Amino acid sequence: MTSSSLALRLQTRRSLLRHPLVERYAPVVTMVLALMVIWYIAAVAMNWNLVRDGFEREETPYTTTHVLAGTMSAERPLLPAPHQIVSTFVDGVFGYPPLAPRSLVYHSLVTLSATLIGFAFGAIFGTLLALMIVHSRVLERSLLPWIICSQMVPIVALAPIFIVVLGAIGLTGLLPKSLISAYLCFFPVTIGMVKGFTSPDPLQLELMQTWSATPRQVLFKLRWPSAVPYLFASLKVAITISLIGAIVAELPTGAEAGIGARLLAGSYYGQTIQLWAALVAAAVLSSGLIGIVSLIERGVNRRMGAH
Amino acid sequence: MDPRKLRLGLVFAAVAIALAFVLPLAAGEPSLRMRPTAWPEVAMAGLLFLVAAWFADGRATVPGLVGVVLAAASSLLLLRDTGIAGSAAAGFWAIVTAVWLASAMSVVSLAAMRPIRANRRRALNLLVPLLFGAIVFYLWEVAVRGFGVPPVLMPAPSAAASRFMTSLPTLGADFFQTFVKGVLAGYVIGCGAGLLVAILAHRFEFLGRGLLPLGNFFSALPLVGIAPIMVMWFGFDWPSKAAVVALVTFFPMLVNALAGLSASGHIERDLMRSYAANYSQSLTKLYLPAALPFIFNALKINATLALIGAIVAEFFGTPTQGIGFRISTEAGRMAIDMVWAEIALAALAGMAFYGLVTLAERATTFWHPSYRT
Repeated sequence: MTSSSLALRLQTRRSLLRHPLVERYAPVVTMVLALMVIWYIAAVAMNWNLVRDGFEREETPYTTTHVLAGTMSAERPLLPAPHQIVSTFVDGVFGYPPLAPRSLVYHSLVTLSATLIGFAFGAIFGTLLALMIVHSRVLERSLLPWIICSQMVPIVALAPIFIVVLGAIGLTGLLPKSLISAYLCFFPVTIGMVKGFTSPDPLQLELMQTWSATPRQVLFKLRWPSAVPYLFASLKVAITISLIGAIVAELPTGAEAGIGARLLAGSYYGQTIQLWAALVAAAVLSSGLIGIVSLIERGVNRRMGAH
Repeated sequence: MDPRKLRLGLVFAAVAIALAFVLPLAAGEPSLRMRPTAWPEVAMAGLLFLVAAWFADGRATVPGLVGVVLAAASSLLLLRDTGIAGSAAAGFWAIVTAVWLASAMSVVSLAAMRPIRANRRRALNLLVPLLFGAIVFYLWEVAVRGFGVPPVLMPAPSAAASRFMTSLPTLGADFFQTFVKGVLAGYVIGCGAGLLVAILAHRFEFLGRGLLPLGNFFSALPLVGIAPIMVMWFGFDWPSKAAVVALVTFFPMLVNALAGLSASGHIERDLMRSYAANYSQSLTKLYLPAALPFIFNALKINATLALIGAIVAEFFGTPTQGIGFRISTEAGRMAIDMVWAEIALAALAGMAFYGLVTLAERATTFWHPSYRT
């Protein structure tokens, strides 16, 4: 008894490196740290000349440490150091009231609303299209090739005329942006749901037939439940694409609010730190959205009896 | 397809043709009966629809389609009359309705066919979507010209096509700038680097387990947002576009190739072990071939992403060339037909690119179950 417990403890101590938590997170943490180190080195290297020229222009005497410190806190660096980006991001989120035009929360909300509306349109439209395609051979053969072709059209190229056309009939603001999002994100949903609706076994379909189930019963009792995993997989892809669509749609329109507008302004005025902070906001937004979809997926799976 | 429904649809088409003879084509214009150049074709089309309705089975397709072509051609000819274009009335729309009904019926009966010979089946698989697309373009053209939609809002496809033809040199230069220089260079760099890093991550497990979550995270980010930074770093010309494209294509390739490299089965790996194969031998003879379907999946995803990335990067600054640049300037000048010509160019380039990747996939992964059915 004692010897075995002793042995066990010894083993655990020896294998701290083998601890499941360490095993799981050590590689990721190492990679992130390595990335940070590379980033700092790159920031020093890329901003070096900029800072040194600044000192020389002002004809102040400087040493290497001065330049080194300067690369970490330059006002318009080529590559801002991570801590600068983080502090600007935190300042943008918490430093202003949420609806002030300088607040990142405000811009994120503008983009988020377009994203969510477009995502809802796209997901519903994509599912309906998949339903039609699954139930009609004609549509499968005539429509599906065009749906695939429609994704070859770089929609972002369409964004400016979309805005012009919709603006001419009096539609401005959220709707054009969300339409572009919807156009971008219906495709993964359609393709995924066609796969999902056709995923039941022929055996199961035949069983439904022996029970003389109507097409609607087959849909709701067999096809729909077996398509749910495919639905969530494609929704996760769709929501990021929808966010990209909303951001891109804000670029050519010269919108004054939204993450895309923030990017454009940052690039026009050379405000690199602000630009990176907007990128971080986009990253936070997209991973948050995916997280929400995954949470819903887990809940639905639990309701459906999966563990 | 139920023959009764087919017959009903075709009879309705013939009735619509008959209505076109009675109703006015446009207010204050001579009706269809007064036009000796137009009415024989339309009447012929109506008769053909009746013949097709008589058959109401596979034989209905040919007379139905010939009738569709006749009626569509005469409606387009009628639109050349300045009295009709822009103020078309019920008689004209009756012809269009007939065309739409009869062509829908023909497509339906075509799609229901199941030819036994493989090459005929392939031709049919090509013909059905092409017909569908032709109808959509016809309806677009007729709607724009019949209702007189201002060209600033929505040009007719024929206007965009003629603009495409007359400005080939400009389009060629734009294509070269955006596609050959920006997209291809970035695509090759991004996909190549992604594959290389994936191989490294597969070789060294620690690296792989660290990179996979990061890769998944980054491939879900709106990476095109990096475009303004790249323009700042690499200047206005094509290197900045190539950099954006490389960055956008890198992560999908990394994630997919990593999944593909570990897709080979235990038995195959044990076999390589028993042959005493070293890593490079197993890589070229087992891991990479087994990863090919995954790699091609990434190449296909990247084909679309690359074009989008390059065009977005052009919104942030270009030399006076390129698809994205042309689109934004011409949209500003309200030359919408030129914009549509550029979009057609981008779509054609994208489809050709995608098609080439698919052809390469068929040639190299013919052994995969999904192609052997």
